[in-house]
Amino acid sequence: MNVLSFLAIDPLLDGDLLWTPLIIVLLKVLVVFVVGLVATMLMVWFERKAIAGMQNRIGPNKAGPFGLLQTLADGIKLFFKEDLLPERADKFVFRLAPYLSFVPAFLAFAIIPLGGDFRDGNGGFVTWFGETTRVQLADPPIGVLFALAISSIAVYGIMLAGWSSGSKYPLLGSVRASAQMVSYEASLGLSLAAVILVCGTLSTSGIVDAQSSIGSWNLVATGVVPFLIFLVSATAELNRPPFDLVEAEQELVGGFNTEYSSIRFALFFLAEFMNTITMSAFIVTLFFGGPQPITIGDTTLDIPLIPNALEGTVWLLLKVLVFLYIYVWFRGTLPRFRYDQLMDLGWKFLIPASLGWFMLLAAQRLADDRGWDQWLVVPLSLAVIIIAFIMMQLAFRSSDRNREAEGVQF
Amino acid sequence: MELFVFVCAALMVLVGALGVVLRSNPVHAALSMVLTLFGIAVLFVSREANFLAAVQVIVYAGAIVVLFLFVIMLLGVDRAEDLRAEPLGRIQRPLAIALGLGVFAVLTTAVVRARESLRFKGEGIQTASLEDPDGNIRQIARSIFGNYVVAFELTSVLLIVAVVGTVVLARRRKSDRTSA
Repeated sequence: MNVLSFLAIDPLLDGDLLWTPLIIVLLKVLVVFVVGLVATMLMVWFERKAIAGMQNRIGPNKAGPFGLLQTLADGIKLFFKEDLLPERADKFVFRLAPYLSFVPAFLAFAIIPLGGDFRDGNGGFVTWFGETTRVQLADPPIGVLFALAISSIAVYGIMLAGWSSGSKYPLLGSVRASAQMVSYEASLGLSLAAVILVCGTLSTSGIVDAQSSIGSWNLVATGVVPFLIFLVSATAELNRPPFDLVEAEQELVGGFNTEYSSIRFALFFLAEFMNTITMSAFIVTLFFGGPQPITIGDTTLDIPLIPNALEGTVWLLLKVLVFLYIYVWFRGTLPRFRYDQLMDLGWKFLIPASLGWFMLLAAQRLADDRGWDQWLVVPLSLAVIIIAFIMMQLAFRSSDRNREAEGVQF
Repeated sequence: MELFVFVCAALMVLVGALGVVLRSNPVHAALSMVLTLFGIAVLFVSREANFLAAVQVIVYAGAIVVLFLFVIMLLGVDRAEDLRAEPLGRIQRPLAIALGLGVFAVLTTAVVRARESLRFKGEGIQTASLEDPDGNIRQIARSIFGNYVVAFELTSVLLIVAVVGTVVLARRRKSDRTSA
């Protein structure tokens, strides 16, 4: 029983191990896996099509209706290509690396609430075959921390792929990747902490449950800033444009995956797009109420004809699509960052900003608990943060001046 | 079930630990360490310390070993070492074996003799349940930021001092550069 408690706080797993819960869990695993794969396939198509539209091209249009099956065709092609193993590669690690980036992409998907009825204090529970459960594969009590742990494991895939190739450019790509992902994980975690502070729980379904109307969406409740920081850090964590220095074609041939071919390359490709989907779903879960319907005040936008238990999935899909489009949009419009700009943005702006905002929220919360005057506490802590920010800028400036005087370049 | 999990996790820890020492390639050694850290995380989970398990993976596997690997790659010291070479003459190997056995003996006696007092006494640890999924985390927070807040803050000061010290040591003054 104690191992199960890590997997889920779910009434399905409470009590004796029976056949029905077991089959439901197995079905959930299967559905999550298949949905993940199909969504990735469609995402690749969507990205190519949307980018093509932005660049006045047509994009894939031959395989299947609207070119929908193009990804499938590409996948089959990659399967039948020759699998090359570079002579100077570290063979074991070279084979291991694609799985290290592919598996975490799917694991992180497991904790996202994919639907369910969150209305009227239902808490997201649905009843299937007489068993009450959640529409999510696992709901660990450590919830969002699990996602952070998984995303920190995902670094290994890229890093080891570049190193084990035994060649210069992949190595450069992976050194960039590890520095970038470790740096941005800090601001990712700190903006996540703001959400946890406001919701008072770590579990993803608990966080969704706390966001019952637009006013209580964490986007509003945490004051927009953590969301913006999270969006930027997530983009950097995903190595997507404008933060795709890991696979900067113009500088690094192809980046960390230069030496990979065939199915191993396909796994990296799949992991990248799967991660984009997972991260979009995660943003929606954290800041936009996940499968909750859009509620303004007392009026809930209800989709007719669909039962409430299914409607959550529709809402989640609609919200996730918005973010998937935003990611494609980033790729279509923003030029790539320079490496020092990337590090400056991460360490000198995002981390202090997320930390400062977290302190502000904590002060506001403390004032709320103690019954202090909010109108005094919030401006006061804002003033403190602004003074701290000015002091930090002055410190940066003087250190820049010192460096210039000493003639150091970076 | 519990025994099975323990045996698997213990095997992970031991294989990883042996790998750190015996693998000649530094990157493989660092990866073995990741295996060890994961084994410890599994042990934490089987003791229902979910938060500790997550932090173990995030901090140790996700940040510290990544930094190790980063430095190994950046400095280009990722060539396999020749383990047959004796670094400090012939005396070191027997000395290390003797010392290792000594430490092992001390630890074993300590564990055996302190078994009674190591057994948990007190109110017990609250584990995550359906009614209160965050109970475990709240308890950890209470003890870190309540009972042991001074020790906690002192530790963070220590870390800051270490960081500042590293920066000061690594920084080259202008006079050093011109003379060099």
